[in-house]
Amino acid sequence: MNIENIKKEFPIFDEKIQNNDLVYLDSANSSQKPRVVIDRIYDFYSKEFSNVGRSVHYLAVAATNLYENTRTSVQKYINAKDKNEIVFTKGATEAINLVANTFGQKYLEEGDEVLLTELEHHSNYVPWHFLRNSKKIKIEFAEINEAGEITIEAIKNKITNKTKIISVTHLSNVTGAILPIKEIVELAHSKNIPVLVDGCQGAPHLKLDMQELDCDFYAISGHKMYGPTGIGVLYAKKKWLDDLPPYQGGGGMINEVKKTGISYGELPNKYEAGTMATAQVIAFNESIKFMEKVGIENIEKHEKELLDYGLDILRKNNSIKIVGNPKNKGGVISFTIEGVHPHDIATILDEDGVAIRAGHHCCQILHEKLKLPATARASFGVYNTKDDIDQLSKSIENCKKIFNL
Amino acid sequence: MDLKELYQEIILDHGKNPRNLRKTENFNKDAKGHNPLCGDNVHIYLKLNENKKVEDISFEGHGCAISMASASIMTDLVKGKEETEVKEIVNDFLDMIKEKEELQNKILNEDEKTKLMCLSGVKQYPMRVKCATLSWHTLTSAIDDFQKIVNTEN
Repeated sequence: MNIENIKKEFPIFDEKIQNNDLVYLDSANSSQKPRVVIDRIYDFYSKEFSNVGRSVHYLAVAATNLYENTRTSVQKYINAKDKNEIVFTKGATEAINLVANTFGQKYLEEGDEVLLTELEHHSNYVPWHFLRNSKKIKIEFAEINEAGEITIEAIKNKITNKTKIISVTHLSNVTGAILPIKEIVELAHSKNIPVLVDGCQGAPHLKLDMQELDCDFYAISGHKMYGPTGIGVLYAKKKWLDDLPPYQGGGGMINEVKKTGISYGELPNKYEAGTMATAQVIAFNESIKFMEKVGIENIEKHEKELLDYGLDILRKNNSIKIVGNPKNKGGVISFTIEGVHPHDIATILDEDGVAIRAGHHCCQILHEKLKLPATARASFGVYNTKDDIDQLSKSIENCKKIFNL
Repeated sequence: MDLKELYQEIILDHGKNPRNLRKTENFNKDAKGHNPLCGDNVHIYLKLNENKKVEDISFEGHGCAISMASASIMTDLVKGKEETEVKEIVNDFLDMIKEKEELQNKILNEDEKTKLMCLSGVKQYPMRVKCATLSWHTLTSAIDDFQKIVNTEN
């Protein structure tokens, strides 16, 4: 895999950002887009645009086919059994809200428990919190260990006979811990508990096989997979999508509408009310093709190399503390520098064109547990190189200089 | 943009060793400020005497060098001022950070103004303006509540 060639496929790296070459280390937040994805949006709007699934004219039929092609691509990419197990949403957040809302409506009662972990992003906590208010359910958090990981024992410890669903991240966007999803699913299923996996950080970096993983729900964010914003995927086992009530009501999701009653459409229409993010869905197919072309195994290997290289360099620096030390870790390094607040780090690094994130990364529960108000985070994508990490390290030295450390 | 203008020695000094970082005993007004985007927190305690003069002001909280320095310098400058003067200084500072070149108020002396103008480097960093203004908005909120209480008693 030639990274320099891959990097050339991303037009943003031709730009000077405040007179600097861009060192983009914020892919866990959102990834940059390859030219094929950007061009696909332009071409669709310029030459092929129509709404999908409604009209019978030529453009409508062609657009519908393109839209459905992405569904098939996603199905194959994540090895789902059925094309109709792929629901398009506006993002992973909506995917999780969809499950929390519909599953909550049908299956959760007062006193029931939803099991999350302390690693969860707010998007996998707040939707469940709504049910804490409306249905008086309880939310339990499996606890991290000292390495910042969630073990199978941590999950086991919190399962009770009230646990109705387990909702966990695949890969922590702060510590980088990769959770033992297969074991969690096996354990949960042995107790008849369904599992939702927040795959925001999993899908861009790990090989996915829904049939092997056997989880009930898997939420995917398109814009973290080199795709457009405004597009996400909910994978759900067909039995759940057949069983759960619709999420939003509107055009496209109905079968028959009368004054006296309404019947709902079949899958996948049942969960796709209103005009969807058509251009984004169609362009997302190019992201999938891009990732297939590079190969997820190659992406994993490349990011692991960057991670090891980055950890090596940063660990040698005595003033840097790295947050978490999971054995099984994805391409995320969260850190603090003694004497420099993460926001100051981010501003100083930005001056050199180094884009990182600073703050709580939408994980306040975790930061509270770690007793850290904020951390700085460098996260990797397929286009990053060891030079990027060298620049990160150099800019960190500049932080220390400015702060007289 | 120039990092040296943002991180001047006086900012680094106040950021590292914030003045008045404690809780005023017998405070009679307080307010909390929070920046949900970055998690910065500040809690301002005020003790106004019977003449509505700031007898003591202090703060607790955590944040970046800019927000800590801003709160530190602010508390230093408003101590001993009358409530109306404090409001004028706060508004003047917020105007300066937002648009104006210079501070307009006649309450602070030139040295004090120079000290405060050290925070003006933040204008070039729009994402950091909130770090500099959080404690000032919080002070306003503390004072306004005080007025409300006074009004109720009147």
